[in-house]
Amino acid sequence: MYEIRIHSRGGQGGVTAARLLALAAFRDGKYATACPFYGAERRGAPVVSYVRIDDQPIRIYSQIRNPDLVVVLDPSVMEVVDVLHGLKQGGKVLINGTDTEKIHGVAACAVDLTGIALREKLVVAGSPILNTPVLGALAKMGIITVDSAKKAIREMFSDERNVRAAEAAFRELVI
Amino acid sequence: MLTIATGNKAVAAAVKELSPDVIAAYPITPQTEIVEQIAEYVTSKELDSRYIPVESEHSAMAACIGASITGARTFTATSSHGLLYMHEMVNWAAGARLPIVMANVNRALGPGWNVWAEHTDAFQERDTGWLQVYVSTVQEAYDTTLMAFRIAEHADVLLPVMVNLDGFLLSHSMQSLDTLKPGDFVPPLHLPHAIDVANPAGYGTLTGPEEHFKFRWEIEQSMRRSRKVIAETEKDFADRFGRSYSVAEEYRFEDADVAVIAMGTLGKEAEVAVDLLRNEGVKAGSLRVRWLRPFPDLDLAGRDIVVIDRDYSFGSGGIIAHSLMARSRIEPYSVIAGLGGQEVTYDDIAGFVRDRRPGSELWFGVSGNV
Repeated sequence: MYEIRIHSRGGQGGVTAARLLALAAFRDGKYATACPFYGAERRGAPVVSYVRIDDQPIRIYSQIRNPDLVVVLDPSVMEVVDVLHGLKQGGKVLINGTDTEKIHGVAACAVDLTGIALREKLVVAGSPILNTPVLGALAKMGIITVDSAKKAIREMFSDERNVRAAEAAFRELVI
Repeated sequence: MLTIATGNKAVAAAVKELSPDVIAAYPITPQTEIVEQIAEYVTSKELDSRYIPVESEHSAMAACIGASITGARTFTATSSHGLLYMHEMVNWAAGARLPIVMANVNRALGPGWNVWAEHTDAFQERDTGWLQVYVSTVQEAYDTTLMAFRIAEHADVLLPVMVNLDGFLLSHSMQSLDTLKPGDFVPPLHLPHAIDVANPAGYGTLTGPEEHFKFRWEIEQSMRRSRKVIAETEKDFADRFGRSYSVAEEYRFEDADVAVIAMGTLGKEAEVAVDLLRNEGVKAGSLRVRWLRPFPDLDLAGRDIVVIDRDYSFGSGGIIAHSLMARSRIEPYSVIAGLGGQEVTYDDIAGFVRDRRPGSELWFGVSGNV
């Protein structure tokens, strides 16, 4: 089983990112669950959501303690949350941004999802949309296929700019 | 069709297939997605139902009762305080023998204000004459909602059915969902006591002790008959659509020396604990109770039982534990866990089994064994 924990802030689309990722994995022929953890949620508060991907049906509903991958959609949450908590030995980190210097002792990669969203004018209520571009980055990391990433995005959103943003993230992420 | 959906959307999709004549509902977290999705189906004309957005849950159930008594198929959904607010009408629906189907997304009761999973909300309605079933996956939420209509509307039952799913854990989790065309799996509803203007009759009139007593006994007789109807419905569902359900789902139970009994998502997560324990050489199994009313007769003799209650009856104990003590004459290890959405992992469940003390009660994370 492959377990992913996504850190974001309320309103940034972390929950939708988890759902898109599960949908893409499902389109790859895997079993997948997306379990958002709903706290005392409001816009701007740090939130986490979880995705599990496996070849077998998934029977676990509790939170992920030891993720294989941590995705940080908003790097500012790292000031208040230990995003590396419980990360598996050899686990990976994907950060939205331009630098990975805040991460120590773990292989981290970064891509400027916010910049991509702004370039594609993917902005809702003043916030850049990060949940569709991040799927391109996850495809580059081999978590899902590019085809399934695009399929998942098109199933949930009709605006093709979302697909273009995912393609840009796929191109720009350096592993 | 194979897709991916939340527990809430699975319930809405099942309701769409059976086209209730009337749906009346009021939103409440974490159920809102069900009635929002249904409202969307109605707006887009995918669902030809009369949708009544009412001003309260009490009115939602009252509207369902008014529609149902004319012979209409009805549905509503609620959660927690919403369910309690309709409590008076919940009793009325069962007493008037109306086959209303309701989804209840299990959520704790305040205070303090808590929106997460707990079964106490539905358990407070367990003596009303409603059948109650608890599901553990998105697929099961869909399949069970379909079956609920057939069971409720069966001539031998004619009682309302409540389909329960754990708040957020299942209502907001996304899993695969295989939707289906039910065809004639659920026949058209025929309500023998429907209002007929050609044959006027009295409804809800003053009823003396003798008649009242008879009505109560009839509810219990129907409840007893419903066991057979549930079994037949689950078997026909498996024959037609290939997915099997039962009153209680066994997992590695047959040869188990110790079995975990739980409901909903905890009952599913317990299976992972069972695998963990088996790898350690412990002959563990699990039994996930689906139907709370009618309560199943379970043969549990010859093994230790660990019951997890996501509920409590103050001054008495865990409600499933006590039901099993009374009906199956066992002395379980009673674990109270998961109240208000408390995190309970398969590791924790395995721990309950390893450290079990039959005859005592544990409040997980709060008290020692008492």
